[in-house]
Amino acid sequence: MAADPRQKPDNPRGAAARTKSPINNQARSYLDHHRKVARASAQRLLKTPIASLMTWTVMGVALALPVALLLLLTSLQGVSAGWESSARITTYLSMDTSVQQAREIAREIDSDGRIVSVELVERDQALAEFRAASGLGDALDFLGDNPLPHTLLITPQENARTAASVQALVVFIEGMGRVDQVQVDLGWLQRLNAMTDILARAVWALSLLLGAAVILVIGNTVRLAIENRRDEILVAKLVGGTDAFVRRPFLYVGAWFGLGGGIVAWVLIQASLWWLNGPIERLAALYRSEFALQGLGFDGAAALIIIAMLLGWLGAWVAVKRHLDDIEPGEIAGG
Amino acid sequence: MIEFRQVSKRYDSDHTALRQVNFHLGRGELAFLTGHSGAGKSTLLKLIMVMERPSAGEVVVGGQRLNSLPKRQIPYIRRHIGVVFQNHQLLFDRTVFDNVAMPLEVMGVAPRDIGRRVRAALDKVGLLSKEKMNPMQLSGGEQQRVGIARAVVNKPPVLLADEPTGNLDPQLSADIMQLFTEFSQVGVTVLIATHDIALINQMGRRRLTLDHGELIAGGSALVGGGLNGR
Repeated sequence: MAADPRQKPDNPRGAAARTKSPINNQARSYLDHHRKVARASAQRLLKTPIASLMTWTVMGVALALPVALLLLLTSLQGVSAGWESSARITTYLSMDTSVQQAREIAREIDSDGRIVSVELVERDQALAEFRAASGLGDALDFLGDNPLPHTLLITPQENARTAASVQALVVFIEGMGRVDQVQVDLGWLQRLNAMTDILARAVWALSLLLGAAVILVIGNTVRLAIENRRDEILVAKLVGGTDAFVRRPFLYVGAWFGLGGGIVAWVLIQASLWWLNGPIERLAALYRSEFALQGLGFDGAAALIIIAMLLGWLGAWVAVKRHLDDIEPGEIAGG
Repeated sequence: MIEFRQVSKRYDSDHTALRQVNFHLGRGELAFLTGHSGAGKSTLLKLIMVMERPSAGEVVVGGQRLNSLPKRQIPYIRRHIGVVFQNHQLLFDRTVFDNVAMPLEVMGVAPRDIGRRVRAALDKVGLLSKEKMNPMQLSGGEQQRVGIARAVVNKPPVLLADEPTGNLDPQLSADIMQLFTEFSQVGVTVLIATHDIALINQMGRRRLTLDHGELIAGGSALVGGGLNGR
């Protein structure tokens, strides 16, 4: 009748070839179909709101945990970056240096292009400050001699504040005469950096594990959906549905699970941020730190939801790959 | 349109479902496939629909050799074959209209064409007024006619039916046979597997008889192997 049976099996293009703009028409019908399947899949999820909500929540929790840690990590890295930029080099001159010599050394260092400023703290002045600040006046009196050396507080140029250039400056200053000790107080910063490195790896490992968990959860949910719609799959295969056609609704289901899970994760993160922000601000104020937990922002939220949808889609894909091929209309006819 | 050349089908044990079957059905031909239970009727239909592959011999449908057909081409072959089942295989989670529309959706037909063609098919089987109903609300005969509408909605050149009148009274059976006859008159090759000897005799059409996997009557001598296909 309509189709010439001697031709190669009908591909979708064949049906549209008779119309005016076949490719356009074909594309529109393809998109229409996608839209229809997407809507039907969403409606299917909404028809069982409790079950869907539970899956969304599981996914949301699994996603929120690594993302929250990631946010904490970014905030911590922000702290260390802030401190690195205010790096100062403290130089202690040898005890036998006179005030005159100390001033000359200060001038000499100041003339270097990599230096913004040099502040000389003379030993008498240092002693006075220490006496005032420490309350150890009596002990200092007992010492008799001033035990403190002249000190230079050196601030490097902004472009000389990387670890390598600071190290070069240290070597340069150490090479000068009458310099006893050069100290860059970045030790605690290095420790913080080391800790954030460990935390970063832990976060990534956790993200991978929880991502896998999300894929498995969605895979299992979609497997049940496939079982529930076995008849539909059989009929679709019988009337000539391609694998892609049969797969499509389930992939959309996975993506919608991902969308819901991503939104739940975002809500959880925003809620915890709101809850934690007050105490953190107080703690940061105690440390005179600018530290604040960074929120997700629009880009972050969009990325979170897109990743969640991809994970859901991937989970559905795994389930579909494993279970859809098993459903073949072999047992349909009896006798 | 449908051609079997020395086709045998063995299942993994030593159970042989079909032995060297030869026949040829032309365009617009209507034939019955009959035989006792387990004679191989279903296997024969499954081979045409590529639900099974032959162990030996060749199955050709619409000029296409199914033996060498790659797996991903199978859906496109099935779009040329309408199938009517004894148990209808209708989906009860959607309307009659949506059931009948499935073959068209699978092919990616534009929505407005789907509406037109589904209504034409439903009109043909006399169920146009019931398109919005759930198949569950219909009688057995009506459900069978919905199945037929679905099988013919994309105007396939081949129509297979497996016990289409199995559960129906004689009057309904006659109505459905009348439909099949009309389809064959417009060029569709129709093959009906049935036990219903009275019906077959009444129709007086070609009859392929299977006995323990051998075609003992109705085969063609077109290909070597003869009537009994030994």
